[in-house]
Amino acid sequence: MTAVGGRRAKPLLWTRFGVLLLFGVIFLIPIYVLLVTSFKPLTEADPGQAWNLPQTWTAEAWRVAWEKLAPGLWNSVLLAVPGSLLSCALGSMNGYVLSKWRFPGADVLFTLFLFGMFIPYQGVMIPLVQLLVWLNEATGLQGVFYGGIPGLVLAHVVYGIPICTLIFRNYYVTIPDELIEASRVDGAGLLRTYWSIVLPVSGPAFAVVIIWQFTSLWNDFLFAVFLTGPQSWPTTVMLNNIAGAQATPYSQQMAAAILASIPTMVIYVLLGRFFMRGLMAGALKG
Amino acid sequence: MRRWLTAVSITMVSVLGLAACGGGGGGQATQSPAAGGGGKQQVEVFSWWTGPGEADGLAEMRKIFEQQNPNYTFFDAAVAGGSGDKAKALLQSKLQASQPPDTFQGHAGAELQGYIKAGNLEDLTFLYDELKLKDVFPAQLVEQISVEGKIYSVPVNIHRSNVLWFNPSVLKEAGVAAAPKTIDEFVAALEKVKAKGKIPLSIGSEWTVTHLLESVLLGSLGTDAYNALFKPGANWNSPEVTKALESFAKIMSYAGDPQDDWQPAAKQVADGQAAFNVMGDWAYGYFHNPPEGGLGKKSKTDFDWAPAPGTEGTYLWLSDSFTLPKGAKNREGAIAWLKVAASKEGQDAFNPKKGSIPARKDADQALYTDYLADALKDWSSDKLAGSIQHGVAVNQPWLAAINEQVGLFIGSKDVKALQQGLADAATANAQ
Amino acid sequence: MRRARTWLPGLLLVTPSIVAIGVFVYGMLGWNFQLAMTDKHDQVSEGQFVGLQNFIDIWDQPRWHLSVNHTIVFTVVFVLGALLLGWLLAFLMEKGIKGEGTFRAIYLFPMAISFVATGIVWRWLMNSGTGERAVGLNRLFDWLGLPQWQWFRDQDWGMAAMALPAIWQMSGYVMALFLAGFRGVPEELREAARVDGCTEWGVYRHVVLPMLRPVTLSALIILGHISLKVFDLIVAVSGKQIITDVPAVFMWVAVFDSNDPAKGATIASYIVVSVAIFVIPYLIWSVRAERRTVRPESGSLRGQRGPSERDHEQERRS
Repeated sequence: MTAVGGRRAKPLLWTRFGVLLLFGVIFLIPIYVLLVTSFKPLTEADPGQAWNLPQTWTAEAWRVAWEKLAPGLWNSVLLAVPGSLLSCALGSMNGYVLSKWRFPGADVLFTLFLFGMFIPYQGVMIPLVQLLVWLNEATGLQGVFYGGIPGLVLAHVVYGIPICTLIFRNYYVTIPDELIEASRVDGAGLLRTYWSIVLPVSGPAFAVVIIWQFTSLWNDFLFAVFLTGPQSWPTTVMLNNIAGAQATPYSQQMAAAILASIPTMVIYVLLGRFFMRGLMAGALKG
Repeated sequence: MRRWLTAVSITMVSVLGLAACGGGGGGQATQSPAAGGGGKQQVEVFSWWTGPGEADGLAEMRKIFEQQNPNYTFFDAAVAGGSGDKAKALLQSKLQASQPPDTFQGHAGAELQGYIKAGNLEDLTFLYDELKLKDVFPAQLVEQISVEGKIYSVPVNIHRSNVLWFNPSVLKEAGVAAAPKTIDEFVAALEKVKAKGKIPLSIGSEWTVTHLLESVLLGSLGTDAYNALFKPGANWNSPEVTKALESFAKIMSYAGDPQDDWQPAAKQVADGQAAFNVMGDWAYGYFHNPPEGGLGKKSKTDFDWAPAPGTEGTYLWLSDSFTLPKGAKNREGAIAWLKVAASKEGQDAFNPKKGSIPARKDADQALYTDYLADALKDWSSDKLAGSIQHGVAVNQPWLAAINEQVGLFIGSKDVKALQQGLADAATANAQ
Repeated sequence: MRRARTWLPGLLLVTPSIVAIGVFVYGMLGWNFQLAMTDKHDQVSEGQFVGLQNFIDIWDQPRWHLSVNHTIVFTVVFVLGALLLGWLLAFLMEKGIKGEGTFRAIYLFPMAISFVATGIVWRWLMNSGTGERAVGLNRLFDWLGLPQWQWFRDQDWGMAAMALPAIWQMSGYVMALFLAGFRGVPEELREAARVDGCTEWGVYRHVVLPMLRPVTLSALIILGHISLKVFDLIVAVSGKQIITDVPAVFMWVAVFDSNDPAKGATIASYIVVSVAIFVIPYLIWSVRAERRTVRPESGSLRGQRGPSERDHEQERRS
């Protein structure tokens, strides 16, 4: 980080700080409400008392929410970890080829890939289900493609290809061609060059893709509810069953919402610095 | 096409090999229900019962089912979301992909028409004959859920839609002596409450307004004219319907700020902020049950009820029912479930928890107290009319069109456009 | 043209992705468009080809006009709001400030949370009760002496309120993009401008801001396409109500409630087309711009330069 302060007068600095702080507080408002409501007993968990701190603090809602949500959390891990790693692998290879090992029509192909980012998924849900069911039958693996986590991973990885390719490609463009060329002269092929030159410097781009994909896999509801079954439901579907059920106490809904969000928030805190670094290194610049 | 797809699938499988390895235990956890191990066969029961009360009722029926059928295990595939929105969407994709659950919940009546037309459901007449169900369900109910002489579902419970909930002390304060019996009385009472500065009528999201509309239509037109609206060629452009819709617009002009859903709207009545609310009788459980799924209010003092204005003597009903999809993996298991759902024992286990009454006439009356006792009495004597919002009178596309018109009306307040829209919806969808 | 032996391995490596995108994106788009051109208005009919009839008919429906208007209001407020707020936050932080890491984390974290999770809070916060019955933000506004309003239930400007949660979620991301952009401006350039006699404001005006243009454009594209497809947020906060109807929700209703596949496919096609109208020129432009600057002699891998230099060159040309 290049901190070039000092040039400006103190009052201006404090104004800046003050404005940032104000927005910080505004950004945290929904979280404040989520948190305090989740610790309230039933009688206090009501929109009318949204701003009040609990008069009696209780973790009862958290206990119930945890009980209801736990199976989904594990399913989400099984979904989001392999899913985001696979996305990284595919995106990295695509990005590498499309930036450093071009073939005729590579630009057109890249443009065609990118367009995939923009289709509305609700519109493809019915044929997608049919395709996955057909894959179940064609492969003889019942409950894998349709009704299982692998199918959901497949959908996410495929629809994630455009954005992941974009991020890696834009990042790899910044690697000097001389390095690649030198490796070639040494007789290294496509994969060796990737392994020895490109992969070692890919950290920031991986961080951006992992954050992006992990978040969207973890938070996705639409694919999850259509493509999986009750045993393989991830967190969001379970959360919907808690929050969407008529007359579930608000404190439980909010505790469950926080629980469901903890893993992604942890990822942001842990990888946030790398995320910024990746953005600065040109990823997602378009 | 097929060969090409095979090529694609092989590529996919190679990609997915990785995912499956990474997935670890996922493979076992995602076995399809029918393949459940150990000689016991699973029966996948699809519903939207996940909330307090309804989920408890389902659990009670499940106990009975598993007791009576030791070789089956019950597999609960419930998806929550406002009266089954998400569940229904998911169900459609499953049915279109020929992956039906063994049995699924649906509102009895026209809501099932789409599935019937698409050939998704088996005719259950054989089950009705075997169990002599036509003798234990009210004749008018059997008539209203029959399609061309066939019956495609087993109703488990009955809810009432045309209930006017009110706060007795707010009424007293406003000088309203008793629950209004006619629509004119209702409007007069609303005006009195308004003068006192309270919310005359609380409403929730847009579907609760359609819910209100059906009670106003019934109250204004009368039972026979209301029921006739859903026959082919019905006249929605009649002056009677105009009058009913004008009353509806008048009543809506007393509505408070829309709440998120029916519960916060009902709560406004319970808390004394609002005087009236028209909602189905599932609101009783919400008012009455102790906290953890209810408000713990005292009936008759904190809240009270009456038939919606102008609808006394008519039961505007809806019913949750179970079906037998064609191509169910475990057809025998599904039939075993339907038998429990149809039985006196099953219905008496389910309904007190759910806060509804059994569809059967021979229920154990001792189990139903307070509001439910009233409901049971009315059910056996009242005329019947089918709910619009809850899938009895109109099929799903028709309901979607009605909801659209009501939503547009809330913005435009244009009665003429509403009537025209409703008439067009009827022409396009009545059958 | 290089020999196939040099580029073939690369092509092979991306083949699985090509196949997957071909099937899942273009196959599905084709299926969808073909369905939109039939009269398959229920589950059972076969569907005869009717050309663009559905695309014309839908303009007769008041609901369609409403949902298009809603999308326009939402898009304008959301895209401008997120861009301006993200820019402002990045601008304030650009020169480094105490606790920058914490601020960044706070602004970014909404991106981590799904609307399935926060929808319930936003419903509370944007409750439409006013006066004595004010709860949520209206209560807060009451305390602060600000005017209360109906939020997303406002008949005319409800969609502007609906954009608030979206701005909350995405402006941190825009901030990160801009911050990266600000910091990508080499200090030497600023210094050079100062030496030339530019004021601090002049440095921004003539050096920094022009260099942010590519970042602004990609932020615009990303926000714009999110906006045109918006679905989760609306359903989580308001459900399927007409008052906040947008094409994506209308499509959901058409497919799953109205059982009208052709109508759903028509709406989906309109969404795709509306996105395509501004995305395709952008994609073509950016690929071309890059080709001109990055690879002067086509087919060669040489002569490629770093991104900041490249952007700068683009700016000088334009």
